[in-house]
Amino acid sequence: MIDTLRLTAYEAARLLREKEISGAELWEAYRRAIDERDPELHCFLHVCDDPGGDGIPLAVKDVIGTKGIPTTAGSKMLEHYVPVYDATVIRRAQEGHGLRVLGKTNTDEFAMGSSTENSAYGPSRNPWDPTRVPGGSGGGSAAAVSAGLAPWALGSDTGGSIKQPSALCGNVGLRPTYGSVSRYGVVAFASSLDQVGPVAKNVRDCAFLYSVIAGRDPCDSTTVELPEQIRMPERVDLKGVRIGIPTEFTEHEAIEPGVRDAVHAAIERARELGAEVGECSLPLSLEYGLPCYYLIAPAEASSNLARYDGVRFGHRTASTGDRLEMYTRTRDEGFGDEPKRRILVGTYALSAGYYDAYYGQAQKVRTMLIREHAEAFERFDVLLSPTSPTVAFELGAKTADPIAMYLNDLLTIPSCMAGLPGLNVPCGLSEGLPVGLQLIGPQFSENRLFEVGYALEQAIGFDPVPERLR
Amino acid sequence: MPEISREQLLHVASLARLELRDGELERLGAQLNDILAAVSKVAELDLTDVPPTSHPLDVVNVWAEDEPHASLPVDEALANAPEREGSYFRVPAGSVGGEAADARPRVRPAGGPGAGGTSS
Repeated sequence: MIDTLRLTAYEAARLLREKEISGAELWEAYRRAIDERDPELHCFLHVCDDPGGDGIPLAVKDVIGTKGIPTTAGSKMLEHYVPVYDATVIRRAQEGHGLRVLGKTNTDEFAMGSSTENSAYGPSRNPWDPTRVPGGSGGGSAAAVSAGLAPWALGSDTGGSIKQPSALCGNVGLRPTYGSVSRYGVVAFASSLDQVGPVAKNVRDCAFLYSVIAGRDPCDSTTVELPEQIRMPERVDLKGVRIGIPTEFTEHEAIEPGVRDAVHAAIERARELGAEVGECSLPLSLEYGLPCYYLIAPAEASSNLARYDGVRFGHRTASTGDRLEMYTRTRDEGFGDEPKRRILVGTYALSAGYYDAYYGQAQKVRTMLIREHAEAFERFDVLLSPTSPTVAFELGAKTADPIAMYLNDLLTIPSCMAGLPGLNVPCGLSEGLPVGLQLIGPQFSENRLFEVGYALEQAIGFDPVPERLR
Repeated sequence: MPEISREQLLHVASLARLELRDGELERLGAQLNDILAAVSKVAELDLTDVPPTSHPLDVVNVWAEDEPHASLPVDEALANAPEREGSYFRVPAGSVGGEAADARPRVRPAGGPGAGGTSS
């Protein structure tokens, strides 16, 4: 009997290698778990048939293009869209390691949101408490891994869409350094921010899946070769590692006491493991990161989403009229509220007379955020803070107020703006729900993040299986 | 921060080729004003001498050799077309936003929604 709730990808690979289980049995175990639990959790928008072979199954966020497999981006606009080519990350997973795409996971529409409640196909639910959200936008991937419906998953992160759901579902998620993973074949949201990354049950699985997808791709000219190979973390101490605690990020009034306590306990663990812990300050990041992001990301989105015009692929209105009417009706029918809001904000911020005051100014703020982080890294190897100010919240609690929803990303956004990698590691429970900490490092410091994350993970001993499913 | 008028909202929506129905206009208009009031915070900082960042990596232009390679067969490129005619995307005729529509190409290149796809 394969216990998918506990099985890591690493252990699954061993069982397959030693022929203790077959590839078909492994696939079947996940399909059974999906049949049993996904009617409640709604992690998947599409479940695949076994393509055969004995690779490890992989859940894939539905913004990542998969040849012959529907890819909706959580939008009615792409309800019937079936890509004719694979995203580079899918090709690497399949060709390099025989990974089998298990299914496509739910997401806020066009990855715009923090709860999956913006999905045109209905929200996913948190495996720890199904009355609560799994976070977003990649809530389907995080919930699927947490509930044992997939050993690991791919997500995408623009302002926190990997780290925040991983925090709310109690798994390990990496937002990689900008430029380290190809976006070719991935539905574009905000191109100066979008990154694809891994979600897993533990740090080692996360590091391995990152090593599978990372590296330069001629089809995405923003990608570069990694400066060093990805290593499996082994050290269980933190001797000599300098960890900075940005005080604004741990003391902000939006942070729930239970979240603060769990993160402070983890900081104590880091000290016990030998880390040199000190305080630092990122005042502009916390105060101006969110407004900066909510200008730049919508501006880029308004441009990227211009391609949905009913001409080449995706939804086209059934109403008859001239071409202009076809464009405007198609876009009104195909987009939900959140993409419309962001298209409007972005178009306004880029329009004549407002460009300098909004978009231009936000780009300058972005420079300041980069400088502020660079200064902190003169004294520290990694920065540690809560990932999300709160634990998972109730479905419907924030849907009427877009700005309250945006605040979920308060702590994840600044490092995204600076192009920095961030790793969520679960660090405890508050009110029976997972709390995550984020480790932020300089560009291309993923190996260091994995090392620190692994040592903390071993010391904390967090059980990633939701209590109600044990 | 002045409120966006109904006329301004309609203008922005038309730039974005979005038709907004009556209920949407009020709801999204109010939310848009709230969002713009929140993001206007960036104006508080005096950043006159700070250069803008458009891209967080310190990379220079990337050049590739101009080598021909196979592209998608026409039928695959058109597989997701809402309407096709022969090897073309078919679209309704008509003027676009008062521009000289006949001068605009009616046939657009094939692609997908990914980073590699051509955008409008």
